[in-house]
Amino acid sequence: MTPPENPRTFRPASGGLPVTLADVRFSRADWAVHYDLAVPAGAVVLVIGPSGAGKTTLLDLVAGFLVPKTGRIRIGKEDVTCAPPHRRPVTMIFQEHNLFAHLDAFTNAGLGLEPSGRFSRSARTRIFETLAAVGLQGREDRLPAQLSGGQRQRVALARALLRASPVMLLDEPFAALDPALRREMAALLARLHAAQGMTMLVVSHDPAELLPLASHVAIVEAGRVAAFAPPGDLPRRIARRHGLDGAPANGQAGV
Amino acid sequence: MTCHAIVRVAGRRRLFRSREDRSLTKRCPEAQRPWTALAGIVLVLLLPLGAAAGLLLMAGADDMAADTVLPDAYVWRVVRFTLLQAALSTLLSVTLGMWVGHALFRQGHMAGHGLVTRLLLLPFALPQLVAVLGLLAVWGRHGWVNQLLQALGMQDGISLYGLPGILLAHVFYNAPLVARLVHVRLAAMPTEYLRLAAQLGIPRRAFWRLVTWPVLRGILPGAALLVFMLCAGSFTVVLVLGGGPGATTLEVAIYQSLRFDFAPARALILALLQMVLTGTLFLLLRRLAAWPDTMAGLSPVAPHPHAQEHGARLIDGAAILLLVALVALPLAGIMQAGLAADLARLLQETAVWQALVTSLAMAAAATMLALMACALLLTSMAAPRGGVRTGAWPSLAEAVASLVLVISPVILAAGWFVLLARTDLAQERTAAFWLVSGINALMSLPFVWRTLAPAWRDLRQRHGRLCAQLGLSLPTRWRLVILPGLAPALGPALAMSLALSLGDLGAVALLGSEEFRTLPLLIYQRLGSYRTADAAGLSLILLLMVTALMLATERLARKGDIRP
Repeated sequence: MTPPENPRTFRPASGGLPVTLADVRFSRADWAVHYDLAVPAGAVVLVIGPSGAGKTTLLDLVAGFLVPKTGRIRIGKEDVTCAPPHRRPVTMIFQEHNLFAHLDAFTNAGLGLEPSGRFSRSARTRIFETLAAVGLQGREDRLPAQLSGGQRQRVALARALLRASPVMLLDEPFAALDPALRREMAALLARLHAAQGMTMLVVSHDPAELLPLASHVAIVEAGRVAAFAPPGDLPRRIARRHGLDGAPANGQAGV
Repeated sequence: MTCHAIVRVAGRRRLFRSREDRSLTKRCPEAQRPWTALAGIVLVLLLPLGAAAGLLLMAGADDMAADTVLPDAYVWRVVRFTLLQAALSTLLSVTLGMWVGHALFRQGHMAGHGLVTRLLLLPFALPQLVAVLGLLAVWGRHGWVNQLLQALGMQDGISLYGLPGILLAHVFYNAPLVARLVHVRLAAMPTEYLRLAAQLGIPRRAFWRLVTWPVLRGILPGAALLVFMLCAGSFTVVLVLGGGPGATTLEVAIYQSLRFDFAPARALILALLQMVLTGTLFLLLRRLAAWPDTMAGLSPVAPHPHAQEHGARLIDGAAILLLVALVALPLAGIMQAGLAADLARLLQETAVWQALVTSLAMAAAATMLALMACALLLTSMAAPRGGVRTGAWPSLAEAVASLVLVISPVILAAGWFVLLARTDLAQERTAAFWLVSGINALMSLPFVWRTLAPAWRDLRQRHGRLCAQLGLSLPTRWRLVILPGLAPALGPALAMSLALSLGDLGAVALLGSEEFRTLPLLIYQRLGSYRTADAAGLSLILLLMVTALMLATERLARKGDIRP
């Protein structure tokens, strides 16, 4: 049951930064979103809501893949509304295609530390260390196709750790994994957060296994943040609607 | 209502920007027009613009202009023949191709199926001169068929020159193309159709009427238009096998009006007619019919319920045998005629070596230019922040990449020929080299684009956002992501471009000289001075060169393909 990785091998980061979306609007053809949200530093936010409600758009705006039509986005003290994705203290882990298919696990992870793809001796040590910390020792030279779905997401996590961004966004990162593997990954995520203290926004369709991790829940409905509160403080009606009312932490099996 | 009108006007003014990056530019200054794509478009347009300037300027200064401004009887005869031979070629190619394509589909499990399918791919990469010499070896005055006829006591024999030869050559090229398109389309039908037919016991004719024909019908207009367009713009085949007053197409007439008479006004009229003709066909093809995907692969097929019926086997066997003979005989012919030539002497001639080196250098330069232009044009699909741009810019880039389908290499060469005719540059080796390379690059650009664009779009969709987030610099992006990702598509693109440039006669026929001569031009000159054996030997060398390059690039592609 106990995975091989040791939390002490995660390098401590500077901790998390607060994320603020003030009057942020974005729209396309017949569809619009409008967000107001203030996430405190180091929070773990579980973002839930029906499909098409705008959960991914929220993350895309924070990550800088989309630029809002109005409003400002702040991370820490900095206004990042216009900053390109790589100039933001943010790392996003996508649902799929997190890795370059033709590069091995080592290079894929290493790009988080050194975007030129050329690694110094000390960089190599750190990359090996981090891959070992997410449980991928001995698999450094595998191509993504030679890794399982869970291992691929571990490489993406290792890269995120090497970037050591104060904000981490995860867009249904474990959607493609089976339930046992998902619980394992949730545990890994919890250890990462304990070690590095980054601010996390996690989108999930199946909140049960991530709920124990969450310091806050953000409920997105029809392009708005309908509620944002610690799990226990959510308005009961909304919590019930999204299956969060006193559901056992390991419930909702078979999804 | 007024509000809507304003929005619409604003939308029209910024025609080339998607909704998304319009919001970017308003708020954040970094978002830009795709300058690199624009550079690519300008680069590609340089050649046609120069050619247009040449034709227009010199036609204006042409003393004969007054007499030849109106298309005369000669021009109309040329137009009539162009349309006639294209229509007949299309009819023959589509009929035979459809018959064979269906046969290959129905007999998908016969012995030697793979071999036949691969044999029918050969004409795609075969330089036209090589094919023509192969046809001459079989059907020509001293060819196999006439020798056979003479042995049988028929002294008159048959002649390949004129319309029959042109049709035969066009069917040699286009019937396998149609067969491939039909075969691929039919093989793509759900396997369940065949299983259902077997289960329900649908008879042969009913299956054709109910299933095969409705599936097939969709691609026939596109295939026919494509073949018509290719035949209407055919140059090399008509130059060698036709060319007389009764058998000249627009393309060849342009060449002749400059090489023999130097009449730019006439060349301009012919070029305009040719562009109107191919332009109309091109638009028809894009609007009315689906563009046939000539690069699509074959999917595996379930056994056909009627494959074993006697009638079906007879019909299919006849079709396949006919086309195999049609394609294989000229290939065997060029081998035999080429080997019969004095290859040792040919390889000692300086002219041959010079032509070889010139051809290779020109093909390499053309391929490099085509890849460069294509890379620039591909950036039109890159939206800021790792996104994929859709809309007007990528469409414009694609249109520019396909330009040569309407403005043929002969027209481009004709324009530059008259532009340079009165200057010192006309005798300049370097000028001719780069012009011919450029025109050949433009000629392979549609194929290079069609091969690379889907791979590039796919790569961008997969990895664009990741690259943007990691902040990979442009060189790193090329080294780590783009080149490895494009490698599998790069092989076929390279092979196609090299094969086309090595085999082309259209551009070099006008722009070549004693100082600048490629292998195809040398072959044509030897043919012109009735040294057919030399021409056959040189064709064999050209064929071997093209084959070697194709195999090499195929290996390169396989090495680069590491995707599971």
